[in-house]
Amino acid sequence: MKGFYLLLVAVAAIGGGVLWYGSQRQAAPAPSGPVAVAAADGFRGYTLGSDAAPIEIVEYSDFECPFCASFATVQMPVIRTQLIATGKVRWRFRDFPLPTHAYSRYAALAAQCAGEQGKFWEMHDQLFTNHQWAQTGKNPRGLFRDLARGIGLDLDKYDACMDSQRYAGRVQASVQEGEARGVKGTPSFYVNGRPYQGRSASDDFKALVDSLTKKHK
Amino acid sequence: MIRRQAIVLLTLVGLLVATYLWLYKIGVLGELKCGTGSCEYVQTSRYAELFGLPVALYGVAGYAALLALGLAGLQPRFAADRRVSVLLAAFATVGFGLTLYLTAIELFVLHAICRWCVASAVIMTATWLLSIADLRRARATTP
Repeated sequence: MKGFYLLLVAVAAIGGGVLWYGSQRQAAPAPSGPVAVAAADGFRGYTLGSDAAPIEIVEYSDFECPFCASFATVQMPVIRTQLIATGKVRWRFRDFPLPTHAYSRYAALAAQCAGEQGKFWEMHDQLFTNHQWAQTGKNPRGLFRDLARGIGLDLDKYDACMDSQRYAGRVQASVQEGEARGVKGTPSFYVNGRPYQGRSASDDFKALVDSLTKKHK
Repeated sequence: MIRRQAIVLLTLVGLLVATYLWLYKIGVLGELKCGTGSCEYVQTSRYAELFGLPVALYGVAGYAALLALGLAGLQPRFAADRRVSVLLAAFATVGFGLTLYLTAIELFVLHAICRWCVASAVIMTATWLLSIADLRRARATTP
């Protein structure tokens, strides 16, 4: 019996040690932490598609979330072709950087700063396509700047925007909006204001949109 | 006695796993070591909370209770006490039920698997089977 208790103590000590070590090695602090919303500018998120589209899908997304990246790179191109380009759907992107991700808020700022120069969706695509930055744990400032250069942004304006965290209030307002709507994870979707509980697959969105479009007729 | 020892060892490991997931959920750990699994997707989904509390916290509480009961059951004065077996089986059955529910959510709603959740499911299932075996033994030896 004494050997058994020694085994228990050893397991507890090793397990506790691993947890303690993990908590000490947590991801580096984000270059830009949460900020209070000083002056929300009423911005409601960048959109794709026609303003006259009968259906609006709102996506709450986190640039560091692997499933958001998978959705953006695998499902979204099909959705753009089948639903957005055909005028059936207007797609609205909302930031919902999760607090457990070190650089998602910083990435959201980069996309907003690209949006200031009319290239939000280009930056959105770059951040999700080159998603290795989210796995390395390294500060992605240099990579994001390279991506900004790659899509043709004016780097002086981009740097000024990022350094001043010009759109931090916008991002925070988006998070608060999501929390108020009950968003818990990413990606989360709302179809014409209602929470979407189905799979994050283009086929499922198409089936839902087709069914809603029939009801509208 | 060997069953209760196994239960204690299993629930100690389960407690560590649940604590790991809970620490992630409250932001103490920056990222989950998950390999090719979908831990973050599962842990950040709406199903990772139950009645406003992280599911992992229920795991911490459940495993801690089972561990305490198991340790009590190893003491000589409780070794033949059927009440310990009944309580162990009752707690383990609740835990096993919650495990079935959460695994179904992963498989059929989220279509994603979190390896740590699978580890916890295996531990809880084994604990439940051992607790039922312990209860049957207690019944068989009750005069």
